[in-house]
Amino acid sequence: MRKLIIALLTLSLVPNISIAGPKAEVLHWWTSGGEAKALQVLKDDFASGGGEWTDMPVAGGGGDAAMQTLKARIVAGDAPAAAQIKGPTIQAYDREGVVSPYSINEVAKKENWDKLLSKQVASHMKCDGDFPNGKAYCAAPVNIHRIDWFWANKKVLDSNGIKMPTTWDEFNAAADKLKAKGIIPLAHGSQPWQDATVFEAVALGIGGNDFYKKAFVDADVATLSGPTMVKVFDQMRKITTYIDDGAPGRDWNVATGMVMEGKAAFQLMGDWAKGEFAAAGLQPGKDYYCQPTPSDTGYLYNVDSFVFYKVNDPDKVKGQQLLASLMMGKNFQKVFNIYKGSIPARLDVPMDEFDACAKKSNADLNAAAKSGGLLPSFAHGMTLELGVKGAIQDVVTEHFNSNMSSQDAVNKLASAVKAAI
Amino acid sequence: MVIAPSFGVLMWFVYGFIGWTIYISLTKSKLLPQYKFWGTGQYFRLWSMDRWHVAVENLFIFTVLFLLLCVLIGIVLAILLDQKIRAEGFLRTIYLYPMALSFIVTGTAWKWILNPTLGIEKFFQDIGFQNFNFDWLVTPGMSIYTVVIAAVWQSSGFIMAIFLAGLRSIDDEIIKAAKIDGAGIVSIYTKIILPMMRPVFMSAIVILVHLAIKSYDLVIALTAGGPGISSDMPAVFMTQMAFHRSEIGLASASAIMMFLTVSAIVVPYLYSELKREDDRR
Repeated sequence: MRKLIIALLTLSLVPNISIAGPKAEVLHWWTSGGEAKALQVLKDDFASGGGEWTDMPVAGGGGDAAMQTLKARIVAGDAPAAAQIKGPTIQAYDREGVVSPYSINEVAKKENWDKLLSKQVASHMKCDGDFPNGKAYCAAPVNIHRIDWFWANKKVLDSNGIKMPTTWDEFNAAADKLKAKGIIPLAHGSQPWQDATVFEAVALGIGGNDFYKKAFVDADVATLSGPTMVKVFDQMRKITTYIDDGAPGRDWNVATGMVMEGKAAFQLMGDWAKGEFAAAGLQPGKDYYCQPTPSDTGYLYNVDSFVFYKVNDPDKVKGQQLLASLMMGKNFQKVFNIYKGSIPARLDVPMDEFDACAKKSNADLNAAAKSGGLLPSFAHGMTLELGVKGAIQDVVTEHFNSNMSSQDAVNKLASAVKAAI
Repeated sequence: MVIAPSFGVLMWFVYGFIGWTIYISLTKSKLLPQYKFWGTGQYFRLWSMDRWHVAVENLFIFTVLFLLLCVLIGIVLAILLDQKIRAEGFLRTIYLYPMALSFIVTGTAWKWILNPTLGIEKFFQDIGFQNFNFDWLVTPGMSIYTVVIAAVWQSSGFIMAIFLAGLRSIDDEIIKAAKIDGAGIVSIYTKIILPMMRPVFMSAIVILVHLAIKSYDLVIALTAGGPGISSDMPAVFMTQMAFHRSEIGLASASAIMMFLTVSAIVVPYLYSELKREDDRR
């Protein structure tokens, strides 16, 4: 089917002058080793489909300048074909009127994306109506990252007689034991987004799925300031005693390194951490453990996606359609996700070549989708408007890095969210 | 006529965009600019945010300390160098050298120096001072002072150079006359030389204040506003809101507050200084 579309697209270009062809200018953040390699697969596919790819890579950390350029170009009516944008920001761009008339919806219909994607993921990709009730596809998903993972050094855990925790109490007991032996229980970099990553996993575990949904999907102020949230902050306070003095400002991959070296026992991080273990030649189950953080079949996801803006040049429209089709292609979804550590967004990609952690992630995803535990990560911008998300993150990181009481934190949370809405 | 095009360009790109920002701060703009007038709502939102209060307080602490320490260290170094010492050129270069670095480099270097698990604290503990404690960088409430340390390290040499140039421009005859009248070295400096250097103070203060208010790169490199949000500054706040949180209206409001702060401090100072010079003529 895909080949047919590519062939049709290519054929349709024949009458045009020689330079014409599908064109796509793509803004993305994938510049590091494995990600860049995986993207090359897409670029090659695109070229063999007759397309002309213009790369707009944004090196890590330079996101500010890129967003500035992106916005300036959109305002000037010269949007790139596709940009790596995810979560509610997709629909926010649509509300500004710079996405319609949804050129890729045609492709999505033809290829029956509704069948290829889970309903949850598909709803994030649709515009023309507010989330989750969009009617037309305007974005293509490339992966599903799981956020609520514990990564642990096997040697450290085994030699201290510690099992991977299945409740937060077990985690606390294990951490106390490790601390007494002079091992850092949790490798952590206290940057706001990392604090929020820990926070959302704790909230999911302690509050449960419904609590998480009310607090971070519906932004319900009563839930955000209720007694369960106080308990969540209590656990966060405990966690602050399990990290070392060097944590503030530390990058996440440095923290992963601490687990690999055995300086620290656990790290709570999304599954991109696996890339660091893989790069050091370590194997899951043999050198390190991967297990979801304690929760009741909860699963926090982050879906990376590309939004396709309104463009006027018919060549660019064709480029967008070709690109969308390739991004959803089985080959790209497989290769890319093996490199990236995530799992395919597309449901029918065989998982044989993936590692044990990815297989577990895939199995848990299906279970969570049935139990209602499949929830969007707020720390990674899959739910809530960016302003509200930022307001919550400010309070979380302020609490984590001071001696604020849980009750004060909860009160602050309520007022910050009210101000941001 | 020759300067007219550049004048036009300047008017548009500086004052035109100041006007644009003022207008945007009065709209509900979120992800992209919107032009429907809303009112002063963004300013009320801004001043109701804890984080903005933290940023403003930090700006105040930072500006005052940065200004005082830079001027003080700058003057002392300049006076010491002015004593016709040997190897002055060499020493002057050493003190001036930090200015050649960008704030990003300064910030990163000091981040390592001040990190308790890598830098000074670890060094002293390793050589035997087990109780040595210097963890300001990771202590909320103290982290803003580490920004001051790094900024003063970087800029005081430059201020020294300005003062040194000022000292050199003072006529030797005056100093000789004062010596003949029996004035000591201290009173020569405090009563004669420093008061004569008023214009130099003005340049130094204007340079330092505007450096302080727009300070962004140093904070980002050194603490990234952390731990938590404890070393946030208005410029960091503004970029966060504009480019990470899709709050362009709110970001514009904070930019205008910064603009007003600069105007409120610098303009009256410039005015009074320039007026004084006019009076003298």
